[in-house]
Amino acid sequence: MDLIESYQEELQLIRKTWTRVWVGLFVLCLILLPWFVPEHVTYITTIIFIYAIGVQGQNLLIGYTGQISFGQAGFLCIGAFTFGHLNLMGIPWPIGLLAAGLSAGVFGILVGFPSLRLKGPYLAIATMGFGIAVYQVFVNSEILSGGRMGLIVHKMSPVLGLSDIAFNYYFNFLIALVFTLLSYNIVSSYIGRAFIAIRDNDIAAEVIGVNLTRYKLLSFAVSSFYTGVQGGLYGLFLGYLEPNMFTFMESITLFVAVIIGGLASVEGSIMGAAFVILVPQFFSAYKEMVPVVYGVTILIVLIFEPMGLYGRWFKMRLYFRNWPFR
Amino acid sequence: MTQFLQYVVSGLSTGAIYALVALGLALIYRSTRILNFAHGDITTAGTFVAFMFLGFNLPYGIAFPLAILSGAILAMAFYFCVLVPAQRREATQLGQIILTLGLGLIIQGLVSYFGGTETQAFPFPLSDTRIYRLGGVVISQLSLGTLGIGLAASLLLFLLVQKTRLGLAMRATSENLPAAQTMGIPTRRILALSWGLAASLGVLAGLFLAPSLLLDPFFMLEPFLKGFAAAILGGLNSLPGAIVGGLIIGVAESLAGGFISVAFKNTLAFLIIILVLLIRPEGLLGTEFKERV
Repeated sequence: MDLIESYQEELQLIRKTWTRVWVGLFVLCLILLPWFVPEHVTYITTIIFIYAIGVQGQNLLIGYTGQISFGQAGFLCIGAFTFGHLNLMGIPWPIGLLAAGLSAGVFGILVGFPSLRLKGPYLAIATMGFGIAVYQVFVNSEILSGGRMGLIVHKMSPVLGLSDIAFNYYFNFLIALVFTLLSYNIVSSYIGRAFIAIRDNDIAAEVIGVNLTRYKLLSFAVSSFYTGVQGGLYGLFLGYLEPNMFTFMESITLFVAVIIGGLASVEGSIMGAAFVILVPQFFSAYKEMVPVVYGVTILIVLIFEPMGLYGRWFKMRLYFRNWPFR
Repeated sequence: MTQFLQYVVSGLSTGAIYALVALGLALIYRSTRILNFAHGDITTAGTFVAFMFLGFNLPYGIAFPLAILSGAILAMAFYFCVLVPAQRREATQLGQIILTLGLGLIIQGLVSYFGGTETQAFPFPLSDTRIYRLGGVVISQLSLGTLGIGLAASLLLFLLVQKTRLGLAMRATSENLPAAQTMGIPTRRILALSWGLAASLGVLAGLFLAPSLLLDPFFMLEPFLKGFAAAILGGLNSLPGAIVGGLIIGVAESLAGGFISVAFKNTLAFLIIILVLLIRPEGLLGTEFKERV
């Protein structure tokens, strides 16, 4: 990885001038995108932004803290429906989104308690049980899920003369940007280092003074906060919610995004989110083949490139930076 | 009281299925420390193979063994072609679990692609509607057969593991891998065999489940998760535990469905998982695992 010589440098968001240039260009491209591409591309990019938030949260949990969770769909469901019900009561969206994140975060802490005793595969099953139990509770309860027709969420009316799709694009772009900056700051702060210490060896982390209980629960809370916000944004974007959007498959999709994008990297999370959204688009004629593509990619990634898409990208950059030496 | 007994009997029959699934999971976990997330999908694939052979008008006596064999071959191929190379590259335990998840996704996609996603009725020699009466309790031929096959398979597995040289090698491999290698046991072949055995138990469960649940690519998901719950309840590294756990979950579910509410029936297994993991993570019959730095 990058050679970091001082703490000042560690805290910097972007360390090299060239990286600043291309990141700036990339953000500029994203800002100009709605003007130059067809509407459905804007639409799909918006979904990628929304997913990128949840995948980053999941990556903070799996990649940085090393606590595996197959129950993200549960948090997504809780966040989305909290937002949906508040929206129906006429509460403005910033409060709704915050409440969505917080309610998911509270459940995240509850699910985090088993993580204090359980490890690896056992934790995977406990979280999986949670995810499916939430889904079944919502399916069986008409009050929560809004009945057979699902829950209708009032969309926002566009401002500044933008079209509906462009407005949603910029709205979700800004929120995704805020959460991306938040992830970078979490990762390079004491919290992030505590997470990484827990992942590498939890007993050793406790010995050097990381409060294991607090940081494991915090990791679950932060991760499910992200996922809850993703759920709220998803509901706001689509305009309706139903429990069938949050099956076990949804947890798997988020999980696959983290693995394929690259564990313990924020950029990787965004790439992973793009991957799981774009693959079904490219294979829309062969819907059944989507899980096959996911599965084969997981096998290839785990056997040949354990760092995921981000690892590949990093090696490419390293190659060009050092060229012609290796 | 009769009603209670009725629920217990029907619960035992579903429990036998869960026990078969749980046995497969425990068999693999015990020897390789891998939770096999592809177990349900391998089972589905095997059942679809049986369905395909039955479509060619093959008799049950040929189609079913072929299906069980194909499931076993699939699992062994996965072990040799994916897990062994991954282990050579020093994949972590978690990485190997994720590999099984990947395999599950692949099989699920392929089965939906080639088998079709619409539900189909699965032909079966035992009838679901012919019933026997024992006192006031009614049991269908299918449930009776399921219970019988579950017990028979468990007994055979017990004899295999406890009374044969092969079983001794399997136990040695799961107890201490390097020591077993030093004693000249071909551990890789033994582990592949465990995978194959686990998959065949799963396919067996799938074959007996398909006639009552209609066949579609996702029909094993729920029984597979219940089997998971059963394996955890009994203790993931204990084979008798898997059987006991399966039967307990089956009966508890049937009673909850009968006396509390049908909606609660499916959530119960997951509540059991979470409770067991919180109170006694090693399960009813499992041994406690200790960790050293």
